[in-house]
Amino acid sequence: MTRRVVVTGMGWITPLGHDLESSWQRLLRGESGIAKTTIFDAGTFPTQFAAEVKGFDLRSFLGSDYEIHRDVSRQAGFALAAAKIAWTHSGLVPSSPSDRTRIGVYLGGGEGPMDFDNFTAAAVEGWNYADGNLDTRRWADVAYERLKRIVEAEQDPNMAAAHIAQLFGAEGPNFNTLTACAASTQAIGEATNMIRRGDADVMISGGCHSMIHPFGVTGFNRLTALSTRNDTCITASRPFDRTRDGFVLGEGAGMLILEELSHAKARGAKVLAEVKGYGSTADAFRITDIHEHGRGAMAAMRLAMADAGLTIEDIDYISAHGTGTEENDKIETLAIRGVFGERAKKVPVSSVKSMLGHLIAAAGACELITCLLAIRDQVLPPTMNYSNPDPLCDLDYVPNASRKSKVRTCLSNSFGFGGQNDTLVVSAFER
Amino acid sequence: MSQHRVVITGLGVASPLGLGINETFDGLVEKRCGIDRIKAFDPSRFSSQIAGEVKSGEVKDCVPKGYRKAAKVMARDIELAVIAAYHAVKDAGIKTKCLVERGEAETADVDSTRFGANIGAGLICADLNELAGALATAAERPEAPQGRGFSLTKWGSEGMNNLTPLWLLKFLPNMLACHVTIVHDCQAPSNTITCGEASSHLAIGEAFRTVARGAADICICGGAESKVNPMGLLRQSLLDRLAVDSNGRPSEACRPFDAHRKGAVIGEGAGLIILEELQRAKARGARIYAEIVGFGAATNATHWLEPRQDGRPLALAIEKALADAGVAASDVGLINAFGAGTQPHDLAEAAAIRSALGKSGESIPVLATKGALGNSGAGSGAIDLAVMIVAMSRGVIPPSLNTDKIDPACRLNVVRGDPADCRAEIGLSLATALSGGQTAALAIRRYHE
Repeated sequence: MTRRVVVTGMGWITPLGHDLESSWQRLLRGESGIAKTTIFDAGTFPTQFAAEVKGFDLRSFLGSDYEIHRDVSRQAGFALAAAKIAWTHSGLVPSSPSDRTRIGVYLGGGEGPMDFDNFTAAAVEGWNYADGNLDTRRWADVAYERLKRIVEAEQDPNMAAAHIAQLFGAEGPNFNTLTACAASTQAIGEATNMIRRGDADVMISGGCHSMIHPFGVTGFNRLTALSTRNDTCITASRPFDRTRDGFVLGEGAGMLILEELSHAKARGAKVLAEVKGYGSTADAFRITDIHEHGRGAMAAMRLAMADAGLTIEDIDYISAHGTGTEENDKIETLAIRGVFGERAKKVPVSSVKSMLGHLIAAAGACELITCLLAIRDQVLPPTMNYSNPDPLCDLDYVPNASRKSKVRTCLSNSFGFGGQNDTLVVSAFER
Repeated sequence: MSQHRVVITGLGVASPLGLGINETFDGLVEKRCGIDRIKAFDPSRFSSQIAGEVKSGEVKDCVPKGYRKAAKVMARDIELAVIAAYHAVKDAGIKTKCLVERGEAETADVDSTRFGANIGAGLICADLNELAGALATAAERPEAPQGRGFSLTKWGSEGMNNLTPLWLLKFLPNMLACHVTIVHDCQAPSNTITCGEASSHLAIGEAFRTVARGAADICICGGAESKVNPMGLLRQSLLDRLAVDSNGRPSEACRPFDAHRKGAVIGEGAGLIILEELQRAKARGARIYAEIVGFGAATNATHWLEPRQDGRPLALAIEKALADAGVAASDVGLINAFGAGTQPHDLAEAAAIRSALGKSGESIPVLATKGALGNSGAGSGAIDLAVMIVAMSRGVIPPSLNTDKIDPACRLNVVRGDPADCRAEIGLSLATALSGGQTAALAIRRYHE
């Protein structure tokens, strides 16, 4: 007898807000979370804008628990807040100490931003211009003086999951995956498998990331992956539009409470939806490019539907990875066509990255939350900034306005650098 | 839900004691030490100046000719993973795309769509020499002896262009799995677990579940990391985990569970293991090292940096792994401890073993490798597991280097001095993330039909 996995709580911190409803309503109105970068002075960078989380105050979420978590890095703070929202939403109260050992955490959490000013100071002071090498003696002297124990320790990618375990006393399995842009979709899929297998009854699962820092933007700018529409940044993220020129960096966290159905029922929890299927594949193609025919993406979608026991006819909406890069949008479209055949043009597909930007490791979890809300409210979020059709992207992208629609089952895609493909299928809960 | 049995058919290791599992295992049995003064950079201003460095092995010998240029975008961690993957595949006797393209096999004998990967990784540091060189071009006063300043304005407009366009891809954690899956053509589920020293065990545990439920027939899993770089060393140093008064005696520095242990020593290494569904392994006549029968994971929910002295997080993982395997504590014949060699972590681990295994926890032989290998983070766990598996199959437990007098507070039977006989039916391998507190245990059974 397969253990069914349902969602009983959700929370997010996004560039459009700090609570579930306001971010969602703004998405439905097509608002943009993108603006000039303020976290650092990006004035001479090729890309000078991002979708930042604004006015975030961790203390307001954690109350008296804030002090012990006060040193967390930026993305772990988002994670704690989103998890607190989701936990509260679920109404979960562990009934016994043994219950806590059955509550786990599985995140797709990013690494914390480097201590930029102190790191660069050590690097520059330690550089030997005469011989063109780092003098590691000089570097060490400055680094010991300037880099701080706690700031360095909190950069580890598993720290957000560790802090969440402490906040809720979750003693069960604790995982962090970092498969780039696919991480939190992967986390939710693997967490679902853990509950099905009986390794836990409850999993706090999702993702968090902030790469809006000088090295993050440097890395993506060097890859020429980011949009450089500095003059029209609010509309810079243009998934599937012919004029798209790259993605826009976002930041935030999305968290779900996943729960085994009978566990949820026994405590009288409100069931929000069911996680039906998960598919994961590797392109095994190239480090820089997606497989040209979308081989891995197609396989991930097919595996997720098979895992769910559903077919293409059952899918009412696709939340696309839809980054707004030339390559992703073209190949994702190709892959959807490959899997859905004639039905591809009838299934609405949208990318909320047009408004939220790309939350990297946190993207999949936040996008899955939009699917759950779409099921709840029977409305689809739009793909904004879509005005120039691309002949290679010819699906129904729900352009520029949200749409009332009958939504029972959604499919959500996430594809990571390096050929990591993950797909989730979620459905309205039926007894 | 029917579950498949999962067996271990290949072991690939790159450690400070050598390449391939045999060099590492024999080195441990012969009580060689892989720890020495750091050669990768001048460590003389660091509190700890020693490490377990991998001294041999080159990517070009482990990938197809056409893939050699990709080595340019591999951080050290990735190189180690690619090297260990080749050794794992060779050891398993499977023929992957890599071996075909290298001319070592006629045709591949693995269905790529059923071949998965799950490779643990650490927080990979960008190559500091490369990055510092680029950053130095954006100094405000490059000619100044100190107080040179850094100009973000210069960096954005010119400085960053000194980095290769693919710079970011050198140190994304999932690039270990990315390169390995490309080289060996693994298209089934792939994952990258990043939970410090627990990464390998969590990755192998998850891969075990993946194969058991039928989502893949074969999986390459484990982990790799190098802490032997200035940032890696500095981070461990700031955390006060390192043995700092043993720079003159590197081979005696790391002393797991020893009464006079002073701290950990950084290392680097990779361990990759081939897990295979039993029927598939039998059908091809594979050599079966052992069967993986139990996995348990938990975490320290009280603090992310301070180990719990009652050992509860690891004890929970052990209990879950034993229950998963359907065996009792008294069935366990060998324990592979993490044995970092720090005061608090060794005490916590010993407490966990005694708590989960009861009285027998004090008498079961304990295998610890860090005295010879150092702590290679995400790579450590899989190297340890590979060593334990060979100990079980050869019937020999290598001694723990430098464990001269067991700390009475630990109350463990750590194998020390000379190798010991091993007749274990069940072996238990343990790992704990020193930062983060994630714990995991894997139970391995001697293979029977």
